[in-house]
Amino acid sequence: MGGLAGLWGSRRFRGLVYQALVIGGVIAVGGWLVRNTLTNLELRGIATGFGFLGREAGFDISESLIPYTPADTYARALLVGLLNTLLISALGIVFATLIGTAVGVMRLSGNWLMARLCGVYVEAVRNVPLLLQLFVWYGLVTTLPGARQALNPLPGVFLSNRGLVIPGLDWSGGGWPVLDLPRLAGFNFTGGLTLSPEFAALLAGLTVYTAAFIAEIVRAGILSVPKGQVEAARALGLSKGQTLRLVVLPQALRVIVPPLTSQYLNVTKNSPLAIAIGYPDLVAVSNTAINQTGQAVESVALVMGVFLCISLGLSALMNWYNKRVALVSK
Amino acid sequence: MSTPIIEIKDVNKWYGEFHVLKDVCLEVAKGEKVVVCGPSGSGKSTMIRCINRLEEHQSGRIAVDGIELGDDVKAVEAVRRRVGMVFQSFNLFPHLTVLENLTLAPVKVAGVAPREAESTAMALLERVRIPEQAGKFPGQLSGGQQQRVAIARALCLKPAVMLFDEPTSALDPEMVGEVLDVMSGLAAEGMTMICVTHEMGFARAVADTMVFMDEGRIVEVAPPAQFFQSPANERTRRFLGKIIGH
Repeated sequence: MGGLAGLWGSRRFRGLVYQALVIGGVIAVGGWLVRNTLTNLELRGIATGFGFLGREAGFDISESLIPYTPADTYARALLVGLLNTLLISALGIVFATLIGTAVGVMRLSGNWLMARLCGVYVEAVRNVPLLLQLFVWYGLVTTLPGARQALNPLPGVFLSNRGLVIPGLDWSGGGWPVLDLPRLAGFNFTGGLTLSPEFAALLAGLTVYTAAFIAEIVRAGILSVPKGQVEAARALGLSKGQTLRLVVLPQALRVIVPPLTSQYLNVTKNSPLAIAIGYPDLVAVSNTAINQTGQAVESVALVMGVFLCISLGLSALMNWYNKRVALVSK
Repeated sequence: MSTPIIEIKDVNKWYGEFHVLKDVCLEVAKGEKVVVCGPSGSGKSTMIRCINRLEEHQSGRIAVDGIELGDDVKAVEAVRRRVGMVFQSFNLFPHLTVLENLTLAPVKVAGVAPREAESTAMALLERVRIPEQAGKFPGQLSGGQQQRVAIARALCLKPAVMLFDEPTSALDPEMVGEVLDVMSGLAAEGMTMICVTHEMGFARAVADTMVFMDEGRIVEVAPPAQFFQSPANERTRRFLGKIIGH
């Protein structure tokens, strides 16, 4: 018995035992879950496997980047959802970064009113649930004026209850694309790219919400740059704008990029809230698929896998970028 | 004597309640080397930082090369192009190479062609004796090398005046010499210089005028021979006794 007690006294042996226990526990729980699921599926007469992906979906999707009809397969329906998710995430990330950076910089400006306004924006938006904000945006978008009285905030950009119309690219000429500006024709717009009210609301919600967090990250990044850097730049005659652009922001990036990565992941992971206002993203489409086929395990696994891939891809990209902006020292 | 290149007249400055500069008057002629010393907190750094408006003065007049400093942004920019500054903590831009540190202002502020700015920069790096470090980043250099790069950077816009704010205080003792050598070389070439420093050997060798400050006032202005041998003011004597005495 003394031998065993001696063995138990060894840290290494105890470590091995604990690890074996944890692995055993994980396998047991996993096995029980799989058996439980299989039994339940069998009871309900649902066949497992990804065979359903090849079957006809039979439901329509309100907006799609690629040609799609209800006669297409579930696989194609899910692809439509995935592309919608990627589109909203990519645009959300771009706009949130632009607005967030501007707000973060302005919050530090000497202009009292500007700094306060940005502060109010950040605090108000950060502290209200995103879902609630999406409902507000959707409400706003659906009460916009009709196409003929559309708001025209930028040249070629129209906002109405038909959604958001922006300039698009016309590839039909072959070779280089031509800029395709939207025009009002009758009661609607021709040319350009039309984003549905649902899309516009979701994009606005994700952008405004995430920009508030990014603004704080940018502010912290700027504050992390030593004051001497600004003084040296100013002493050399650089203007305030040049100092920010050429000296402060490039150094602030070291501090900004890692938490910014988290925010980019959050945009992607928050995009399924689309389901609340009826934008057909990947999760919304897969929900419909689950309702029709009962293939919940496969669909959820698929969606999880896709989000994991997007997130890991984004992280890898941002890590690469982070290495590039790192400072060289001894 | 010709008109002074720097005129400081009755300048007062407060940080909130704290009166940092009290009725400061100083004139610096072209080519003159002024060394400013005094106990810490006496306003030495604040005074020279007012000359390129890194700090704002609240009353009095400061003019460089006839341009008076005030709220006029153009005037401030014009003064900054005529005045180079070297800081205690070097303040090189760590994300840019040594060469890029030197060409940034000429290209972005003065509109010099990049090629030309680079050749000027290389010539200046030769002058501070580190041309071989041009492609490195500041973080890869020693403190002494960094400060020499900082001096070269300040010279890139061909300033009429150089301000040195305790340029050797943050250096390891064995690196002080190389930086002072570069500064002495600059002085020998006729550069107008104002140095805040406690390197009294350097001051003795290079300065035309010694300025002693205490509690926000200029207490004594004298040529170095007189300043070190027979300082007129009691506070100057006590200060010199402390830093040279041992």
